[in-house]
Amino acid sequence: MRQQAAVAAKVFIQRDYTNGTVCQFQTKFPSELETRLDKQQFEETVRTLNNLYAEAEKLGSQSYIEGCLACLTAYTVFLCMETHYEKVLKKITKYIQEQNDKIYAPRGLLLTDPIERGLRVIEVTIFEDRSLTR
Amino acid sequence: MITRKVRKWEKLPGKNTFCCDGRVMMARQKGVFYLTLFLIVGTCSLFFAFECPYLAVHLSPTIPVFAIVLFLFVLAMLLRTSFSDPGVLPRALQEEATFIEMEIEAANGNVPAGQRPPPRIRNVQINNQIVKLKYCYTCKIFRPPRASHCSICDNCVDRFDHHCPWVGNCVGKRNYRYFYLFTLSLSLLTIYIFTFDIVHVLVCFFTLWSVVGLTGFHTYLLSLNQTTNEDIKGSWSGKNRVQNPYSHKNIIKNCCEVLCGPTYPSVLDRRGLTQEDSPVPVASAAPSSSSSSSSPVPQTTKTKAPLIPNKRTPDDAKPSIAASAQKSPSPKEENPPAPKAPPLASPEMDVETSINKDKTH
Repeated sequence: MRQQAAVAAKVFIQRDYTNGTVCQFQTKFPSELETRLDKQQFEETVRTLNNLYAEAEKLGSQSYIEGCLACLTAYTVFLCMETHYEKVLKKITKYIQEQNDKIYAPRGLLLTDPIERGLRVIEVTIFEDRSLTR
Repeated sequence: MITRKVRKWEKLPGKNTFCCDGRVMMARQKGVFYLTLFLIVGTCSLFFAFECPYLAVHLSPTIPVFAIVLFLFVLAMLLRTSFSDPGVLPRALQEEATFIEMEIEAANGNVPAGQRPPPRIRNVQINNQIVKLKYCYTCKIFRPPRASHCSICDNCVDRFDHHCPWVGNCVGKRNYRYFYLFTLSLSLLTIYIFTFDIVHVLVCFFTLWSVVGLTGFHTYLLSLNQTTNEDIKGSWSGKNRVQNPYSHKNIIKNCCEVLCGPTYPSVLDRRGLTQEDSPVPVASAAPSSSSSSSSPVPQTTKTKAPLIPNKRTPDDAKPSIAASAQKSPSPKEENPPAPKAPPLASPEMDVETSINKDKTH
């Protein structure tokens, strides 16, 4: 089905560094997607992702407690426990899968989890539009 | 086409070495890292083997316990720094690289032939400051701010600090805290060991100083055939004093006499049998009035007033005292002085007696 569709193009959503080195992606709607997707929809997806990454990198009491506890155990606690960041990354993977299933796949698009690209870009694969339904 | 499952680490470009099926990631050159391990483990082993038994017994057993805990923490931090991914940025795949290059060309516009294309820089505004992002030709990405390419490992590393040969890895965003904790805990460990070594050394030093000093002093006395007592009193030293009459004036002879001379027998006959009579007050035991030596046993007696003129005798008293002193014998035997007398008083009297006898005669 979709797996056999040829890849027409790929778009790479770059990182947004205006707030420093925190992981954020640009919400600028790429022109290549204009024919396939609503601007609102796209911005919604990227904004949610940005919020999730911000949650992962948040400096708060939870991250401090986790850090201090880990230090006291010489970081052996991570042999049995996941870090907060890893937990949020799992959430993000689930969200992207959901989005792909609900919104992007029906439109011949595929979002690649940024973690597979070193958190540098959100890769959007545009498949050849075989179906003529609009 | 046969496809087999490989781990991603096997396909990673760059000059890292991987161990434990990708769990461990290090630089290619690991020699200095082994040296670091050897130095830390070696010095700590010496400390545990040689110092800790002494410290545990003489000071407290918690000292080696804390040292062990600290040592294990140092090792844990070192291994974590060395074995973890410093924050390597994966290289761009073909499509991404092409995409970026197209963007760059679009940004640069038409470059007339013959001219060098402008450097690949992207400007970004961070907190109201312009930061230039450089393009990495090896990784084909625009490096995020604070990232840098390590030529030793041939990787772009996020928040690149430096490549540390001592830990055999780059230090970057992911392992900087372990690196810092490693250096901090290692400093504490070295200061800790140093402090307790110094304590031990000082204790040993003072013991050594005392014992060696004492030995040296007695060697000096030996060579001059003097006693400690004589030395303290300055009996033979000084210009107005007589030279030590007991010295052979030859160091070797003096030493030989004291060390290798005849062994004197005890004259006490402690295990001899005797009858038990009513207790006889021993003349020497009482601080007796009789200064003249009426007792057959050569004893020195202590009177209230100095019997023999000495430094402390007022001058007018000396002649009368000297007269009476002639009657008392002054044997030169190794008798212990009368117990009641202050130890130095009676021998002095002995000595002074003999001197005065010589002088008066």
